[in-house]
Amino acid sequence: MAAHLKKRVYEEFTKVVQQQQEEIATKKLRLTKPSKSAALHIDLCKATSPADALQYLLQFARKPVEAESVEGVVRILLEHYYKENDASVRLKIASLLGLLSKTSGFSPDCIMDDAINILQNERSHQVLAQLLDTLLAIGTKLPENQAIQMRLVDVACKHLTDTSHGVRNKCLQLLGNLGSLEKSVTKDTEGLAARDVQKIIGDYFSDQDPRVRTAAIKAMLQLHERGLKLHQTIYNQACKLLSDDYEQVRSAAVQLIWVVSQLYPESIVPIPSSNEEIRLVDDAFGKICHMVSDGSWVVRVQAAKLLGSMEQVSSHFLEQTLDKKLMSDLRRKRTAHERAKELYSSGEFSSGRKWGDDAPKEEVDTGAVNLIESGACGAFVHGLEDEMYEVRIAAVEALCMLAQSSPSFAEKCLDFLVDMFNDEIEEVRLQSIHTMRKISNNITLREDQLDTVLAVLEDSSRDIREALHELLCCTNVSTKEGIHLALVELLKNLTKYPTDRDSIWKCLKFLGSRHPTLVLPLVPELLSTHPFFDTAEPDMDDPAYIAVLVLIFNAAKTCPTMPALFSDHTFRHYAYLRDSLSHLVPALRLPGRKLVSSAVSPNIMPHEDPSQQFLQQSLERVYSLQHLDPQGTQELLEFTIRDLQRLGELQSELAGVADFSATYLQCQLLLIKALQEKLWNVAAPLYLKQSDLASAAAKQIMEETYKMEFMYSGVENKQVVIIHHMRLQAKALQLIVTARTTRGVDPLFGMCEKFLQEVDFFQRCFIADLPHLQDSFVDKLLDLMPRLMTSKPTEVVKILQTMLRQSTFLHLPLPEKIHKASATIIEPAGESDNPLRFTSGLVVALDVDATLEHVQDPQSTVKVQVVYPDGQAQMIHPKPADFRNPGPGRHRLITQVYLSHTAWTEPCQVEVRLLLAYNSSARIPKSPWIESGEVPPLVETSSEGTIPFSKPVKVYIMPKPARR
Amino acid sequence: MPEIRVTPLGAGQDVGRSCILVSIAGKNVMLDCGMHMGFNDDRRFPDFSYITQNGRLTDYLDCVIISHFHLDHCGALPYFSEMVGYDGPIYMTPPTQAICPILLEDYRKIAVDKKGEANFFTSQMIKDCMKKVVAVHLHQTVQVDDELEIKAYYAGHVLGAAMFQIKVGSESVVYTGDYNMTPDRHLGAAWIDRCRPNLLITESTYATTIRDSKRCRERDFLKKVHETVERGGKVLIPVFALGRAQELCILLETFWERMNLKAPIYFSTGLTEKANHYYKLFITWTNQKIRKTFVQRNMFEFKHIKAFDRAFADNPGPMVVFATPGMLHAGQSLQIFRKWAGNEKNMVIMPGYCVQGTVGHKILSGQRKLEMEGRQVLEVKMQVEYMSFSAHADAKGIMQLIGQAEPEHVLLVHGEAKKMEFLKQKIEQEFRMNCYMPANGETVTLPTSPSIPVGISLGLLKREMAQGLLPDAKKPRLLQGTLIMKDSNFRLVSSEQALKELGLAEHQLRFTCRVHLHDARKEQETVMRVYSHLKSILKDHCVQHLPDGSVTVESILIQAAAHSEDPGTKVLLVSWTYQDEELGSYLTSLLKKGLPQAPS
Repeated sequence: MAAHLKKRVYEEFTKVVQQQQEEIATKKLRLTKPSKSAALHIDLCKATSPADALQYLLQFARKPVEAESVEGVVRILLEHYYKENDASVRLKIASLLGLLSKTSGFSPDCIMDDAINILQNERSHQVLAQLLDTLLAIGTKLPENQAIQMRLVDVACKHLTDTSHGVRNKCLQLLGNLGSLEKSVTKDTEGLAARDVQKIIGDYFSDQDPRVRTAAIKAMLQLHERGLKLHQTIYNQACKLLSDDYEQVRSAAVQLIWVVSQLYPESIVPIPSSNEEIRLVDDAFGKICHMVSDGSWVVRVQAAKLLGSMEQVSSHFLEQTLDKKLMSDLRRKRTAHERAKELYSSGEFSSGRKWGDDAPKEEVDTGAVNLIESGACGAFVHGLEDEMYEVRIAAVEALCMLAQSSPSFAEKCLDFLVDMFNDEIEEVRLQSIHTMRKISNNITLREDQLDTVLAVLEDSSRDIREALHELLCCTNVSTKEGIHLALVELLKNLTKYPTDRDSIWKCLKFLGSRHPTLVLPLVPELLSTHPFFDTAEPDMDDPAYIAVLVLIFNAAKTCPTMPALFSDHTFRHYAYLRDSLSHLVPALRLPGRKLVSSAVSPNIMPHEDPSQQFLQQSLERVYSLQHLDPQGTQELLEFTIRDLQRLGELQSELAGVADFSATYLQCQLLLIKALQEKLWNVAAPLYLKQSDLASAAAKQIMEETYKMEFMYSGVENKQVVIIHHMRLQAKALQLIVTARTTRGVDPLFGMCEKFLQEVDFFQRCFIADLPHLQDSFVDKLLDLMPRLMTSKPTEVVKILQTMLRQSTFLHLPLPEKIHKASATIIEPAGESDNPLRFTSGLVVALDVDATLEHVQDPQSTVKVQVVYPDGQAQMIHPKPADFRNPGPGRHRLITQVYLSHTAWTEPCQVEVRLLLAYNSSARIPKSPWIESGEVPPLVETSSEGTIPFSKPVKVYIMPKPARR
Repeated sequence: MPEIRVTPLGAGQDVGRSCILVSIAGKNVMLDCGMHMGFNDDRRFPDFSYITQNGRLTDYLDCVIISHFHLDHCGALPYFSEMVGYDGPIYMTPPTQAICPILLEDYRKIAVDKKGEANFFTSQMIKDCMKKVVAVHLHQTVQVDDELEIKAYYAGHVLGAAMFQIKVGSESVVYTGDYNMTPDRHLGAAWIDRCRPNLLITESTYATTIRDSKRCRERDFLKKVHETVERGGKVLIPVFALGRAQELCILLETFWERMNLKAPIYFSTGLTEKANHYYKLFITWTNQKIRKTFVQRNMFEFKHIKAFDRAFADNPGPMVVFATPGMLHAGQSLQIFRKWAGNEKNMVIMPGYCVQGTVGHKILSGQRKLEMEGRQVLEVKMQVEYMSFSAHADAKGIMQLIGQAEPEHVLLVHGEAKKMEFLKQKIEQEFRMNCYMPANGETVTLPTSPSIPVGISLGLLKREMAQGLLPDAKKPRLLQGTLIMKDSNFRLVSSEQALKELGLAEHQLRFTCRVHLHDARKEQETVMRVYSHLKSILKDHCVQHLPDGSVTVESILIQAAAHSEDPGTKVLLVSWTYQDEELGSYLTSLLKKGLPQAPS
């Protein structure tokens, strides 16, 4: 038996059809155990009571079952099922059947007949429901098999009349998931069947059990999700369900109505009790709006969310959502300015703002007025005032989406959004600020709105303030008073919260560059210049003064008349700021100030193209020189690397590419240098000294390749191949060096094997890319692979050595967009001389605030490292909630790091830095290879590592001994 | 004919002294027991003699329900229970129970100590009265007696305000008290499930108002206060000690904190501290925000708001004072008002409704010269602002509540007649239901058709279910059984069981019918032909040919015999029981048509 199994294992290895790692583990288990199914059989036979049997089944369910033994297990389970009298055990068996049929690599069609069979004889409703669930699993596993699907649908239809809601639920679920799709239908007859499914499900919209009604709607939605076109007739049915007594029904019905409205936006539906007709999407919109004032908040959230995605709705309907007034008043337009005066004074209802204005006037044309069914009226007004903040957030989001698609609506909803800035829940405030930012292209803030917006600058929450700064960056202000107001408030903010400095400067930069003409008349006042008298020169280090200058200089960029208003010291300050805060102060064309302008010139835009060209040229130059003498190659590489690094510093747009290429060339240079060592053939004892250099080179190359792979965003597969190739070379180098320095052959065996495994792994992962690697190291290596497999380690080493020397320099294709991940720690600033004192053994919380650029998935990769003076390092995993995402490609980490140590005699510095954790095996599933079920051999590359990617910051701490 | 009768003793087409009598299925309930702010004579309390003319209150009333602690809803309670005499249970929510005596005591003090009224209820009476109170928690169903049950729903408005459902059997009435459908800074919105009562008695204070967004109101309020304070003026906000006051306090407190303002805010003394204490305690009755953040900081622990002392009113410089009572009709707010009214820098903000006859109402309607007690004339120079912070549902909110509860009829109380008229019209038009608005002392009678529950035995139900498909909601189904009425409950059981229970013997009723058939053949053959004929037609039924030469269709027996006189005619004897009447008559008519010609 064992021999047979062993043989099978080998067979499979050569056939190369296999799965995940856990399967491997179970396979080992199989060698010791006879068979899973047999064991189960024995267990079940041993079971004396249903409770026992249940226990065995539960235990059994904990372990996975391999694909080839599934069938056996299923047979045994079925056998027991027939015998079993206890419903709970049958239930468990039924659920196990479902689980087993989901096993990949197992085709469940063989158990379907049995499942349907036992279904017919089953009496217990719960077991029936579970069996239907199993059938659902089977059906979803075999999406291509039409016959089976039809049959399952038949079974489901048959059990739809069951008295238990659970069974009906499952039947509907089955119908929803398997009901045939029209697109796969070829003949008319089957088309009829497809229509039937919808009708059958539709009939259960009026089931007596709310759970079944919900399931029916969900099934309908499922049909839609699978691409089946729902019929418009459903719409009326769904509308009736909106007044259901149960919230889950209403909630699902809202979704269904939304779906139908997206399918048939333009159809015309009649308005009940009148002769008018409106578009379906408008009607649906009105109905969903009505649900925003539903009794259940779950429904309200659902409705508010869906409103946002109904973009086809007519604009006059849309605008009603912001209007609490009645239909009859719809004709009356009101701008926000008029609102305060005119609002409601004309209507029949008073606003409750003025005493006594609510004496009823004449009844307005009664027929048209209705208070509840006025549909869209005031939906957002209600939503934004809702008791639950979940609803308010949903409403704000919906408002955002609708405003993005309709500028006129954006203008109208502004007042409401501004009002939301004063919400009592911070999350809502934040969300509305973000929303406002998103729609800022469509709107211009009036002064009174700006006033309300700016009032929020005093909020004590940093998130709110920064969001507001972001908002101000991209808002349009209509008057110069507005700009002035904004500046004053921002400066107030600056004095109140000095930590907001950077954010405020940046905000003023954009404010200035967006409104040059509005800033112009303010300049004399802002700079406090006087036509006749010289005024005192302001302090250059004052953040407030810098803020003003940032505003003015950015405005001056597009307003050439402005510099004429500057006084002398302003020009001096400009030169200084241009140099020290170049990211905030733009280059200005100043009259008669050649010095300034020339210093600026190299960086202005027209130079961008040549630098791109320069980059290309220098890279090509390097790649073309394959056959120069080693000395020349090295020098050229060195020069190019230097050039690229400098280019990266100068041109921020190209920094990513330049650094990336430079790093690659650096690796190559190291490799060449290592191979250039003359003493390769010297006997081992003499070699020791040299190996230092070579092994260090190998190590460094490895590090650099990890950096290349994980620190850059936008790296494509073709680059990854090259990077891995480089790493492979480094590993080869390492192997050679080790072979040279170690005595004896034994340790080499392991290393060689490992290396060959890696080569194998490389081949598998990048098999598609191998043709591009002509003449490369790996290409040759693979040619010699059969030989290497059988050779002794010493020979392998020799072969590798020659191959490394002969291998050519691979061309690294430049990726389209590549950015280097970077991080800056803003806080702690590392300037403080006051040590952070705390009692030893207790913890102190250190606030860490850092910005991250171009980091993908920071939640899982970014770590904080703290290194204590004794070399002890501590890695902290920030919570996912500590990361904010202020913009594309940018992240902000605001977290607390807990420090602790035993007592010190005097304060000392700890280093805090950010690390980027990587996991090279994470990249592997990308290759199509794995999908076929192959198990990658466990290789060394799957180990985790970290790359430091921020400058360390020193923090002065002092753990005091505890007082006795 | 069963009916529900409603008689408002107060609050009928009026605001103030809410008191409504409801008779439902023989039970009498009094909803609220309030006083009227506008009167100082007998009219301030409801006219309980309307009830007492028939004897003692306790004999007539089954229970009293107080919706919330505002005096116009509970002010007459001690008078009612101790002076007129009522010993039955009084139901209210725990916050109301806690705060109500404080307000009553305050009211008593003003009436007795300040105005020197005699024949008013005493502190001891308040205490005794509160002893009769039974607390009802939200969504708790309380059985007043075997039949009458009440249930409380959240109503917003003020802390502890509740709507009550009064239910006897299948008949029910919902009384809203005062409620608010939009949440505010400290309370949530009213909510009721779809309980479909026979009658909804709703307040209609703002029957003709659709209020603007509360955020605008808040902003306006803050802006006005802020501007006045910056000018150096004093702001007087007359409030009732509890309710709006707390909302405005929270509003101002957070604003002060945000804007870093220094001007003092005072809250008139005494009862505030006690009341705030209760606000801190009953956190579960507040809104989402306060409920969720109270662990960090209880929002009712104010940092900027201090207790007021009478001497402070003459202090120079800006200040904000919350003073009671809210309609400027008496007490501290009126005193402060008189001091500050002369200065145009100052401002008074009326945050709520003012009953006719009060100073508040007068200044709001534009009167600039007020005649005070003792022939004094007070000139009002200060600014008068009205800011609707009253937490009553507006017209849309009332409609929304009606939509939520789906009652059969609506009755409006607690509002002005003119406005009610408008809303009544709207309700009738939109919901197509009857709407009433009785005046005080006027009785509205609603006929009801109570549904009578009948128990059905499970066996019978299952048997019926098994016979056909699922019951279809749209089609009525015929079901045979026996209705047993015993001890005022009804049961539907199968006839066998009924016979067994009643100890009766079963009588079988059988119909027989003879059908003459012209058939010359033998009896056996005729039977065979009948059998095959029926078999071919009645495919759904079980047709059997028995060995004794008869045919059965289900339980119907068919026998053939030769006619005694005419051998060419066979007589078919068809016999069926009463239960099979339908099928039996169908069969006879079928057989009467004759058999098809057999293919010979």
